[in-house]
Amino acid sequence: MGTIVLKDVQKRFGDVVIIPGASLAIENGEFIVFVGPSGCGKSTLLRLIAGLEDVTAGEIIIDGADAAQLAPAKRGLSMVFQSYALYPHMSVRNNIAFGLKMAGMPKPEIEAKVTKAAQTLNLTDYLDRKPRQLSGGQRQRVAIGRAIVRQPKAFLFDEPLSNLDAALRVQMRLEIMQLHQTLGATMIYVTHDQVEAMTMADRIVVLNKGNVEQVGSPLDLYNNPDSLFVAGFIGSPKMNFISGEVAGQYKAQTIGVRPEHIALSSQSGAWEGTIALAEHLGADTFLHIDTKAGGRLTVRAAGEYDQGPGAKIWLTPEKNRIHRFDQNGRTIKNAA
Amino acid sequence: MARAVSLRRRTVATIAAWAIGFLIFFPILWTIITSFKTELEAFSTPPKFLFFEWTTENYGIVQERSNYLRFVSNSLILSIGSTLVALLFAIPAAWAMAFAPGKRTKDLLMWMLSTKMMPPVGALIPVYLIFRDMGLLDSRGGLIAVLFLLNLPIIVWMLYTYFKEIPGEILEAARMDGASLWKELVYVLAPMAVPGIASTLLLNIILAWNEAFWTLNLTTSAAAPLTAFIASYSSPEGLFWAKLSAASTMAIAPILVLGWFAQKQLVRGLTFGAVK
Ligand SMILES: Nc1ncnc2c1ncn2[C@@H]1O[C@H](COP(=O)(O)OP(=O)(O)OP(=O)(O)O)[C@@H](O)[C@H]1O
Ligand SMILES: [Mg+2]
Repeated sequence: MGTIVLKDVQKRFGDVVIIPGASLAIENGEFIVFVGPSGCGKSTLLRLIAGLEDVTAGEIIIDGADAAQLAPAKRGLSMVFQSYALYPHMSVRNNIAFGLKMAGMPKPEIEAKVTKAAQTLNLTDYLDRKPRQLSGGQRQRVAIGRAIVRQPKAFLFDEPLSNLDAALRVQMRLEIMQLHQTLGATMIYVTHDQVEAMTMADRIVVLNKGNVEQVGSPLDLYNNPDSLFVAGFIGSPKMNFISGEVAGQYKAQTIGVRPEHIALSSQSGAWEGTIALAEHLGADTFLHIDTKAGGRLTVRAAGEYDQGPGAKIWLTPEKNRIHRFDQNGRTIKNAA
Repeated sequence: MARAVSLRRRTVATIAAWAIGFLIFFPILWTIITSFKTELEAFSTPPKFLFFEWTTENYGIVQERSNYLRFVSNSLILSIGSTLVALLFAIPAAWAMAFAPGKRTKDLLMWMLSTKMMPPVGALIPVYLIFRDMGLLDSRGGLIAVLFLLNLPIIVWMLYTYFKEIPGEILEAARMDGASLWKELVYVLAPMAVPGIASTLLLNIILAWNEAFWTLNLTTSAAAPLTAFIASYSSPEGLFWAKLSAASTMAIAPILVLGWFAQKQLVRGLTFGAVK
């Protein structure tokens, strides 16, 4: 009812290769998140699945049938765009109903479905308004409403929350997760936001220059990144990387330690340093510390840390939380 | 202080705008005034501006001599007809160029525009011969075809610039919603582009209304529009300025009224979608 399998999907724009070959199997009902740096091809891959771009080569198998050559509407997928892409000249009601009208559904049935979707999304009072008379959050709900009435096999989201302010993002994030639970439908979600990726995903797909770098559950990627790229991309603040002499001690080209896996002490430790900057977030303090061993390192301290810039300090990495990488940036698996 | 300066600047700008506006409008105003003079006063030096004996006799004579209404209806049919036919072709063409551009789209647009750079007289003889051999001379159908082709490049360009402003994602959303190409054009693109299509329509009706070269050369009477009506007062029996002015006033009156009501759309049309 919503399995999507990509087999060596390739995409070129002219001579430029954007997706060199992506393979991925998505289970029915899974919440998949695509992450990766800007321009790595997240949107392109999503649009290939949607059918808005033609594949250069490869297969897109939806529920067991190759859909790579099918028109977007024939694939049974719904998409929610970053810009919402509502029809500005239609009322909320007609925006939500448009897909059903196109499918030739009888009027009373459309009416019932629109009413139900509006209730689910708290849009009942706004059905007769035009999109421009709605707030950003309401527009986003209309876009989601338009997606759910068609009861698609899977939902595709391309950074749906990035135009909303922080508070609304949190709220809509929870609403989408709630929706996923109620509908049980497959969802593919593109985001830049670490928190969204970690909290929403069943599995995260990390893309790098159009390649699938690693696929796994959020904690799996956090704890066992396959490569330096994934290690640096998952987690916020970013993992600290140290190369040179210190890495050599661990028999690696580069080692990585997350900011939350370094202990601080004013008396003794592995590396000596001086606090350069302190960011106070209330629950945490992020300290940026200049060290001889590894340059500037970020450390997360719980609560309010009492030392400020200029203070001498000692850092000790948690021994079994050190990630080691070879000269190709791959993770060295067995312990040193 | 700042307020005073800005007020003065605004006054100067306003006066300048009115002066330029008056300068542009003056010939039309003079034509209208002249149309109410007798032939004798029309020639008098120094010219009289307002203090002469106002008369409407010219209008009577013009109406008696030629069937004004037939020219008006020809003008309406030619200008509106050719513009509508052009829109029928231009909307899909502009859609393709704006939302599914290829490598050569820009070149194609330039090439289309370049056809407007050729002096029309260069094509007169071949077109005339084609018209003669196909029996299209002095027919409305033939003229609609010529005017439609003449303005097609401008219409495609204008629509293209409007369509480019419409976010492609909205059309993609329609595609995801299962709209066929045709339904996407009719239910989504066209309603969103109504202001653009309307100003394109108006501007091209005016262009076609005023087109004189082809209408004069390819018609004699049956299909002749108002341009021919004016021309018939300019030549044969010497110059009758007052009557010519009356004919001109009658010819521009309908389009002036249309232009007045459609001002806002027209300004948008003339700026080619540059100002939002
Ligand atoms: N129609 C196109 N023609 C040519 N190149 C394109 C086209 N669409 C996208 N690209 C290129 O493909 C690459 C991937 O683009 P894509 O939009 O998929 O990135 P993204 O990962 O979604 O980035 P972002 O996070 O900034 O949204 C980019 O380098 C982009 O320039
Ligand atoms: Mg993107």
